[in-house]
Order: sequence, then structure tokens, then C-alpha cells
Amino acid sequence: MMNWLYLHVRAFALAVGRLASQPLGTLLSALVVGIALSLPAAGYLLLDNAASLARGVSGTPEISLFMTQDASAADIAAIEKRLRAEAELAGFRHVPKDEALRQLERSGLGDVLGGLTSNPLPDAFIAMPLGDDPAIYDALHARIKAWPGVAHVQLDSAWVKRLHALLGLGQSAVLLLAGLLGFALVIVTFNTIRLQILTQRHEIDVSRLLGATDRFIRRPFYWFGILQGLLGGVVALATVWATVHALAPPVASLAATYGAVFTLTGPGLRESAAILGFAAFLGWLGSAISVRRHLAERLS
Amino acid sequence: MIVFEEVVKRYPGGYTALAGVSFEIRHGELAVLSGHSGAGKSTLLKLIAAIERPTSGTVRISGQDVSRLRPRAIPYLRRNLGLVLQESRLLYDRSVVDNVMLPLVITGHPPRDAARRVAAALERVGLAGRDREMPAGLSGGEQQRVAIARAIVNRPSILIADEPTAHLDSAYANEIASLFKSFNAAGVTVLVSTHDDRLFAEHKPRRLVLGKGLLVGAVA
Repeated sequence: MMNWLYLHVRAFALAVGRLASQPLGTLLSALVVGIALSLPAAGYLLLDNAASLARGVSGTPEISLFMTQDASAADIAAIEKRLRAEAELAGFRHVPKDEALRQLERSGLGDVLGGLTSNPLPDAFIAMPLGDDPAIYDALHARIKAWPGVAHVQLDSAWVKRLHALLGLGQSAVLLLAGLLGFALVIVTFNTIRLQILTQRHEIDVSRLLGATDRFIRRPFYWFGILQGLLGGVVALATVWATVHALAPPVASLAATYGAVFTLTGPGLRESAAILGFAAFLGWLGSAISVRRHLAERLS
Repeated sequence: MIVFEEVVKRYPGGYTALAGVSFEIRHGELAVLSGHSGAGKSTLLKLIAAIERPTSGTVRISGQDVSRLRPRAIPYLRRNLGLVLQESRLLYDRSVVDNVMLPLVITGHPPRDAARRVAAALERVGLAGRDREMPAGLSGGEQQRVAIARAIVNRPSILIADEPTAHLDSAYANEIASLFKSFNAAGVTVLVSTHDDRLFAEHKPRRLVLGKGLLVGAVA
């Protein structure tokens, strides 16, 4: 175990030495990897922020449930009980028919309503669903509609569906971009490691003659790829933070024109770790493919 | 210790380097392999280190059949051999100490123990105190001594050298020959190839003479 650890520490130190021995090349590779990674990373964050902003501007969607005109107090209590038992509701409120009439009168329709002998409005409930998944809204709508004493259920989810479609489109675009740029980064690392192997070929040959295993020879190249990816990840994080910092004031101003208070947020701890991890993985993948291919060539 | 049984080595293209060679070198022997250029000396040594594989026949090192060794096992075979090649094969961007330490790094020796062994090996080849120098600043003979120090630092039971004195003048060549004799005196089995029959003469080694891929002479 100690031997294995020592060999990894030695390979890590060798990779750091190789990176440090070519500062310009290391910087340029880190910039290429970092800028390429920053595009999907920034896209993901902007999408995440856009979703929050849209929610803030449009408010929470509601389900309006209207009782039949002849619904008794017992019917209303039964519906109230069913709503309370619904796990997918964040909350609800009861709007009694008398209160609904008063609201209508206050809205300027008092003269029209004055001619009526009785209250034409039914008892109603306004329910707030949990989350923002249109599928949940549709399921709730269908369920509530079937309850006894319910005359009509109105679901205002069109904007949610539109928002979801837009966000889904954005997510697909970001994923596609991340896939394409990730592939490009694997190629960049592949080529860097190929050049490293060519530069180190004498050392590789001598090490083989002295009893070095394939794993011993591969390790420093793996670490090189991982470190190059990590450096690129750091550049990507810095780029994303700079972008967020630059865009935050105009985005806040835009949100204010819609009556919303909104602050553009940068990557959190989890997102930062994901970006660094993804970058390191791509570096490792590029180096693994390159080492497998080019060391096999040297062996043959 | 080293056993060749009817070993044939034919390269792609049809050139036959060894055409059925059989011999045995016992533990602790000093053997000198001689023959003209192209006689098959280097090929024979490469077969021992599993750098080449025989076309037919058997090569056995310490009872292990090298001809049928799995590729993964070859590094572990080489760790028990001290290998000195015609060209010193040093890493010229590394210091003397780093070059000599390389076999110990490969086997994962603890740094303190490795440093002690390197110092002992350099002292053995007469390069004590030169450990921080770069190989390019050393003479041909000194570079060969570094290569020998690297070969013995792992304390191998077998030392193989392919014309280690090829590019050295007679004074340096005799020093190197004496070094190999001293290793042999310490119990190491030594097999050295050379085209100079006079070298090692005073140490009365066992002589193996190759000619056109065949063993044409063996003197005990």
C-alpha cells in the first residue's frame, strides 16, 4: 500500500515538474481547456438563473377549483379534507361564495350584481401545487376534477409548459455543447500526451529495460492529463465568475423592470466541484486513450 | 542459472542471428562472450533480458523459461538482472544520482534506503562525490561507470554487459573489466560480451565464442 502510494506521489511530482518545465505551453493548454469548458458551464448557470428569474416574474401557478352551486357545507368540508391530504400541494385557501361576491362588487361590477336576487357565484378553492413540473399539474387537475361536488377546475399552466419547453431546449443545447467541447478537450489532451510521449521516449525505453511496468510508465501521463484538466477547470471557473460578475448589474436592472428582485448567482460549491471534476475526468480520458495507443506503438 | 537449449533467433526478413545455440552458465561464474561483429552476441544477451524472443529453443534464467514468459512478467525478470548496454543509455537531462536511482524508483524503494544504495554503488564504481554532476560533463569511461552503477544498484544476481568497453581506450577498458571481476568475486554471475579477446584474460573467465550464429568455441 505504502509502495503504491509512494509510486503515485512520485508520478504526481513528475507530472507537476513536466507542467512547470513548460510554463507557456501549460498556460496555453489550460486556457484552451478552460475557455472551452466555460461555455457550457456558463450556459448551464445562465439557464439555471433564467429559470429562477422566470419563476419570480410569473409567480406560482394556481389551480382554481369551483364547487357546484348546490354544494353543502359537508361537501365543502369533504373537499377541504381531500385537499389537505394531497401530497403534491404546497397549500390551498377557501374562497367562500359570499367573499367572492364581495370581491366582484369591489372590482366595479356592483351595479350589474345589484339586479340579482341571489348569489350566482359558487364556493371555490385556490390550490398551489408543489414544484414546477407540468405533468404534476395535469395529474392534479385530472384527480381533482373527478371529486364529487366539483363543478369546474381551472389550471393556469400554459406558461409553465412554455417555460419548461424553453428550459428543456436550453438544457439540450448546453448538453450538446458540453459533449462537443468535451470531445475537443479529450483531443487536446490526447495530442499533448502524444507529444509528451515522443519527448520522453528515451526515458520510457530506458525505464522498460530497467524493469518498469506499463503502469509505472503510464502513471505520470495520467497525472499530467488530470492536472492539465484541473488547471483548465480553474480557468473555466474564473471565466464563469467574471462573466457572472459582469452581467449581474444589467440583469438586476432588467428584472426590476418586470417588478422582480433578482440577483444573478455564480456557481456554488457543488457546481464548482462538478466543473473541476468534469475537467479532470476529460484530462484523464484524453491521456488514457493517448497513452494506451502510443505506448502500444512504442512496444510494437 | 543461464541455460540456452538449441536456441534459434531468426529476424523478419530471414536473417538468422542464432542458429541453434546451447550452453549453461552456472551461478557465480564469470563468462565472456566473444565473436566477430554480427556473430550474434547482442542478440544472445537480448534474449536473456527478454528484449527479444527466440524463434525456437528455450532460454532459462534461474529456472524460469524466459522464452514463454508473459509480457506482464518481463519487467520483474529485468529487475533481477543488471543490464549494461553498448551505449550507456543514460538520461542526459538527469544528474548522476537520478540516473543511478532510477531502478530503485521503479521498484518503489523508500527514498532514504535508495539514497544509501546509490551512494554505495557510486563508491563501488569510483564515482563517489560526483553524484550531482550531469552525465554530459563526464568522460565516456565515467558514463559507462554510471551505467554500471545503475545496473548493480538493485543488487542483481546476474550482471549482463553488451560490449561495455567498445568505445573506451585500453586503460578505461581494463578498469571496467576489473569492476566486473570484483562484482563476480562478490558472488554475482557475470556475462560480458566483447570483441577484445585480451580483455578479462588475467581473470581467467569462461569463454564462449560465437561465429555466424553458432557457438564455435567454449573454454571452461
